[in-house]
Amino acid sequence: MLDEPVVHGIEWTIKELFVYPNEFIYWSIQIVMYPYMTGLVAGAFVLSSLYHVFGQKDLKEIAQFSLVFSLALLPVAALPLLLHLQQPTRAMEPLLTPHFTSAIAAFGIVFTTYALIVLSEIWFVYRKYFVEQVYALKEKAGLPNAMKRMVYRVLTIGAYDVSDGAIKVDKKAATVLAAIGIPVACFLHGYAGFIFGSVKANALWMSPLMPVIFIMSAVVSGIALCMLTYIVIMEWKAFRQRRAGGALAAGEIKGAEEEIISKAAKYLLGFLVAAISLEMLDLIFRGYTAMKSWDILRSVMYGKDFLNIFVLQYGLGNLVPFALLILPRRTLFRTVIALVLVLFGVFMMRWNVVIGGQAFSLSFSGYMHYEIPVIPHSLETFKEGVFGALTVIATPFFLFWIINKFVPSLRRDSEGS
Amino acid sequence: MTCSRRDFLKDTVSGSLVSALPLSAFTLISSAEAAAALDESKTRWAFLVDTTKCVGCGMCVKACKNENEIPYDAAVTRTWVERYVVTKDGTTHIDSPMGGRDGFIDDKIRDEEIEPEDIAKAFFVPKLCNQCDNPACVQVCPVGATYQTNDGIVLIDREWCIGCGYCVMACPYGVRFFHPEKKVADKCNFCYHRISNGMDPACVENCAFGARRIANLKDPDDPVAHLIRTERVSVLKDEYGTKPHVFYIGLDAEVR
Repeated sequence: MLDEPVVHGIEWTIKELFVYPNEFIYWSIQIVMYPYMTGLVAGAFVLSSLYHVFGQKDLKEIAQFSLVFSLALLPVAALPLLLHLQQPTRAMEPLLTPHFTSAIAAFGIVFTTYALIVLSEIWFVYRKYFVEQVYALKEKAGLPNAMKRMVYRVLTIGAYDVSDGAIKVDKKAATVLAAIGIPVACFLHGYAGFIFGSVKANALWMSPLMPVIFIMSAVVSGIALCMLTYIVIMEWKAFRQRRAGGALAAGEIKGAEEEIISKAAKYLLGFLVAAISLEMLDLIFRGYTAMKSWDILRSVMYGKDFLNIFVLQYGLGNLVPFALLILPRRTLFRTVIALVLVLFGVFMMRWNVVIGGQAFSLSFSGYMHYEIPVIPHSLETFKEGVFGALTVIATPFFLFWIINKFVPSLRRDSEGS
Repeated sequence: MTCSRRDFLKDTVSGSLVSALPLSAFTLISSAEAAAALDESKTRWAFLVDTTKCVGCGMCVKACKNENEIPYDAAVTRTWVERYVVTKDGTTHIDSPMGGRDGFIDDKIRDEEIEPEDIAKAFFVPKLCNQCDNPACVQVCPVGATYQTNDGIVLIDREWCIGCGYCVMACPYGVRFFHPEKKVADKCNFCYHRISNGMDPACVENCAFGARRIANLKDPDDPVAHLIRTERVSVLKDEYGTKPHVFYIGLDAEVR
């Protein structure tokens, strides 16, 4: 039994009626995670740009946080792809020999460009802080401080000029980068939509609306995750202040937090409406034109996947949080519930696109069901199972924890003011 | 030695320019130019399937699995045979157990008994890679590991495939899969190693009924190419614009 080679996909695919012999769910949970994580990156960056480019001053604090958070999310956008490859050691090949008629070949270039923009924007925003740290740590003794100072010296890249003129240039550079970053972030994610939308063989995926739908839901999920993480961190800070006896300081933190959250919630609602409208347009158009594939698509959407699409995605993931956010007397608790549901809704959207697109056979005469592996019994069932997905979800928070030690994105008096 | 920042930058720029100069001796050419630079091929491989002759014995699938070293008991296969049974009430029953490898010895289709008097028509349809002129799989490969030869066959470089599965998703015919041992994309190539050496593909050689035949469309004297030119043939799923090169005689409207 152990010597028998395992066909990729056979362990989690259940076939029903007539399916071609070679058809399996080849793109599983990690390909659900990929657009989800990329979307969070893009969304987090767009939120930070609302402040840097459009001067939404009330978003300042969450903007700095989401900029640094988008850096923590960035490597995690590529992680699911690595986990999904059958030949992970060849992962660099799309960069070495890109075949440009393929949408995936652009990934390396778009991803690198975007990473450079995020890194340099953070550098310009925090350069003054790095320089200050180098001088401040000089006074302190001890090896840890010396090492920390070394890190900051590297981070300054030798630029120690913190005169008013230089800081002005920094600020301008950050604004320009944020402005360039918006289309690049949209491109990074829109092109993830293009990867699916351009597969002409797949009746569910093929749609020119796919990239735009992906961008809108990306911004929704990115804003939601930033808001949620921000609330959790601020609540934790306020809690610590209160325990230390600083009830006044705790109240101050909470006041600032509420203001930012109510502003960010407005943007969230706007993008949510845009995302739902586009998805509805796509659905109505498919039903109205009723091409050859509509019979099987309808049986999947209104039948087999009804719970996933209409109850979990549109109902619980879109409609309920929409109501929770828009109804009067919104409390912080209600906001948190709404944000969690929004994140869940966008995840279900990715699931319904990626897994839903493989739920029916190319023959239009049969179905495939995806049974996600829970308890792994091999590397493959780990990578493409529940634990693989959880690994991907946990990584950005761990990375943020490390990055935030050197780039404090949550200081209430941070630069750029 | 002192080196100001300005000097450093200057030297870096001039240094990289000098080192880049020999590279300018090379020119970038597109794949189309490369193909044109090579001799125009005198071959365009195509395939003719006469569904009226297929009895569903499965010898072609057996031969293919052995010839191309696809694990015999794995569910995936480079070629397969589908059985269609259309009953008088208009329902179409389709199956292909183990790709039809062991023939269709059971009357039941997915445990469903179909009475002979209820059957309106029934037939077999062999399937294999269509070696498309406009192959979607080649278009989407991010590393160029799958490519088209100048005689029309789409091949896979097992040393360069990263196993992303995009080609598997892009093929409208479902002919691609991951090789269970090699862990790279795999599919039928008309037995390229055989046809390039004057032999027939394994499935053609092992079809006792002449249902499968290989043709060189560019050879005016090729009898099979002559059949494709003069008979009423059709292809599968031409709506995808892939320009498939497996031609069928007697293809029913029910065939998916």
